Amino acid sequence: MSDIAIELKGIDKSFGPVHANKNINLKVRKGSIHGIIGENGAGKSTLMSILYGFYQADRGEIFVDGKKITIRDPNAAIAAGIGMVHQHFMLVENFTVLENVMLGAEGAAVLNRGIVNARAELKRLEEEYEMEVNPDAIIEELPVGLQQRVEILKAFYRKADILILDEPTGVLTPAEADHLFRILAQLRDEGKTVILITHKLREIMAITDEVSVMRRGEMVASRKTSETNVEELAELMVGRRVLLNVEKGVALPKEVRLSVKDLTVKDSRGVTMVENVSFEVRAGEIVGIAGVAGNGQSELLEAIAGMRSAVQGEVMLNGKSTDVTGPGDPADLRARKLGHVSEDRHHTGLVLQFEEAENAILGYHGSPEYLRGGLYNMNAIREAATVEIEKYDIRPPNPRLKTANFSGGNQQKIVLAREMERDPDVLIIGQPTRGVDVGAIEFIHKRIIEMRDQGKAVLLVSVELDEIRSLSDRILVMFDGRIVGERTPDTSESEIGLLMAGIEGKMEAAE
Amino acid sequence: MSAPFAKLPAWAEYGLIPLINLIVAFLVAGLVVLFVGESPIQAAYLMVKGAFGSGEGVGFTLYYATYFIFTGLAVAVAFHAGLFNIGGEGQAYIAGVGVALVCLQYDTTLPWYLVFVLAVAASVAFGALWALIPAWLQAKRGSHIVITTIMFNYIASISMVYLLTRVLKPLGSMAPQTRTFEAGGQLPRLDWLLALFGLDVGYAPFNITFLLSLAVAFGIWLLLWRSKLGYEIRTLGHSPSAARYAGINQAKIIIVTMLISGGLAGLTALNPIMGDQYRLQLDFVNGAGFVGIAVALMGRSHPAGIIPAAILFGVLYQGGAEISFEMPNISRDMIVVIQGLVILFAGALEHMFRPTVIRLYQRMVAGSGKPATATGE
Repeated sequence: MSDIAIELKGIDKSFGPVHANKNINLKVRKGSIHGIIGENGAGKSTLMSILYGFYQADRGEIFVDGKKITIRDPNAAIAAGIGMVHQHFMLVENFTVLENVMLGAEGAAVLNRGIVNARAELKRLEEEYEMEVNPDAIIEELPVGLQQRVEILKAFYRKADILILDEPTGVLTPAEADHLFRILAQLRDEGKTVILITHKLREIMAITDEVSVMRRGEMVASRKTSETNVEELAELMVGRRVLLNVEKGVALPKEVRLSVKDLTVKDSRGVTMVENVSFEVRAGEIVGIAGVAGNGQSELLEAIAGMRSAVQGEVMLNGKSTDVTGPGDPADLRARKLGHVSEDRHHTGLVLQFEEAENAILGYHGSPEYLRGGLYNMNAIREAATVEIEKYDIRPPNPRLKTANFSGGNQQKIVLAREMERDPDVLIIGQPTRGVDVGAIEFIHKRIIEMRDQGKAVLLVSVELDEIRSLSDRILVMFDGRIVGERTPDTSESEIGLLMAGIEGKMEAAE
Repeated sequence: MSAPFAKLPAWAEYGLIPLINLIVAFLVAGLVVLFVGESPIQAAYLMVKGAFGSGEGVGFTLYYATYFIFTGLAVAVAFHAGLFNIGGEGQAYIAGVGVALVCLQYDTTLPWYLVFVLAVAASVAFGALWALIPAWLQAKRGSHIVITTIMFNYIASISMVYLLTRVLKPLGSMAPQTRTFEAGGQLPRLDWLLALFGLDVGYAPFNITFLLSLAVAFGIWLLLWRSKLGYEIRTLGHSPSAARYAGINQAKIIIVTMLISGGLAGLTALNPIMGDQYRLQLDFVNGAGFVGIAVALMGRSHPAGIIPAAILFGVLYQGGAEISFEMPNISRDMIVVIQGLVILFAGALEHMFRPTVIRLYQRMVAGSGKPATATGE
């Protein structure tokens, strides 16, 4: 009856003083892939949460298929044919695929009948959308790409016609992401409507039919994807022109600052995560480690930073051995000029409940400059933090504000400021721009290159291949705990992508 | 991407929400009183009168509060490191032995202030020692501190029966207690403090341990928010992986925190032994270690919150005694029920009313703030 699947009119939502959504209007055509793009905190997730019933709008109307409806909770959204695939999967890890798909839609108190029906329905869905997955596989044993597929199947099992995906490619390899996009395109061709929330401009260009841009709670533009380009979208998102490509001069590597030899690291279960890894990082160069998340990069960084003891191997910092196989002493390594921007700022790099100034000294909190008569001199600490806040343009510029109340990009700048401003010789950086908005990414990339140009040795780990390629002077590719190749940054994405997938010359089947 | 989350101003977070919890606790308690056939209003009147109606009442209220300040601080310090010290009861109990040994040794030879200093040291040492084994087991072996501290409460209880019936009891006495201390083992009362307000402390054992508890509360604030050790304790409590990242020795912090916590619980023993009974007897802690958990929860693990929360529980103890004295239908057990309700609402259910308060607050802010949002609905 209507060719508009979803229409939002005048949606308005405030959280206290934060006006998250301002008078949002949005039309999503039936049978299209509609991208919603915007920086972190632009209000994309809030808007989708309103559509999925997690929040109620203060004002505004929602129309599905031309009918005005009220969505009080996710059940109402499901009843209206809306399904959502969250950024962090909502799956029970030790249940099977079938059990997860049924969960919440079992049909009766006794499962027998439900299981038979669900199995048949799941089979039908798999065939219809060519999304094969073994219904009896345990979720935690599946690769993330398949887990995501289960999430999509879960939505269709609940008869979704409209599928919302929140940052779906964050956990996928380039190949898995391509596969997902093929599935989405097929869904569109079968008449389903897809809403794709992302901050990756490339994805928008690659897959969507239409795109809406949000900035600071407002819907600033809607475009046909074919009539726009990356530069325009970036400018709309940030509100000013953005440099998408990092400009950097030629590297001038000098002496070896960090050397890793035959390093082997096991995780807490005793599984070997890093196997005989050796490499060197010189002063004045950025060495990037590319790889799909979970191939040992995290353990490698942790071992170098003294947070995890290695089984064997040697790490030399400025020519002197660190006790990498011992219990580890991050405080000592910091004193020896090793800066560490950890991969997970929420749990590791920051204490979110602390005020900003307290986080600005984390790891350096024993330094005598902060103490007076055995107690902290809070004025001195806050003043030092204020200097960093200004230099790194951390907003809001308030050292007493609780860290949890800063946006992701600003939290990351707090960590970077702390580690970079102490003049380290070696800087190891994990996922520098994860969950960080475009404007801040530009700033962070510039700072990393500045560090290199000042003669620091930088080791960079990122799952964003674009980031590795644009920042690194040398690229090491990690797969299954080993370094499977070294390439220059001008190597094609597909070649590095193959290495990341563990396919190098050997013509083995993928599984 | 995280949704922006709502935040309340400090006055609502630390003032309004505890107050609402308290009011609801008393409303439910009022229903209980009604159920047994007494007037809730009369009971409330008796409680306030018992706690504040006389100098003696105030003295008793603050005497009880002294217990709870120490045990509340003990629980709070451990909380900040992410540890749940249920063992305050046993740590305080064992600390009594240290206090008693000092008093028995020196009460005839030294003045009270010197004995007091030694007894403070002994109570901290004995309390800390009683926390050491659970702390070590947690830090080095991963044995859960809740389980081990609970078990140590029982060990403390049994050990004290043994000590008081076999070892510390004077020859020829039938009672399981030590001899009564002489002047050196008796702390001065704070009658002068209440006299400043024109109150007569009467027989209430309100003693200088109260002042010690206030000083210790301030010291704990300094420790937690102004010292390197406190910074490391709080980092570990909020995020063990951030602590590892920052080079903080987790095992060391667990043990040191529990020693401090046990020492604080140990200080509790001074109040009844040197301030009131002048001898070591059975069950002198009388549940104060457990009440400390509620006090710490209600006081948001901050000394500035723990002191008023401790005084509130002092009121419940003293005013509750008055109610059970005046109202025959309300037994001592009923008072425990009422205290339990306060603990339930202040501690366990502390988040029950938060969402509503946040919503009302937002509406209030939105209504008074921007004119653009004032229309509609």
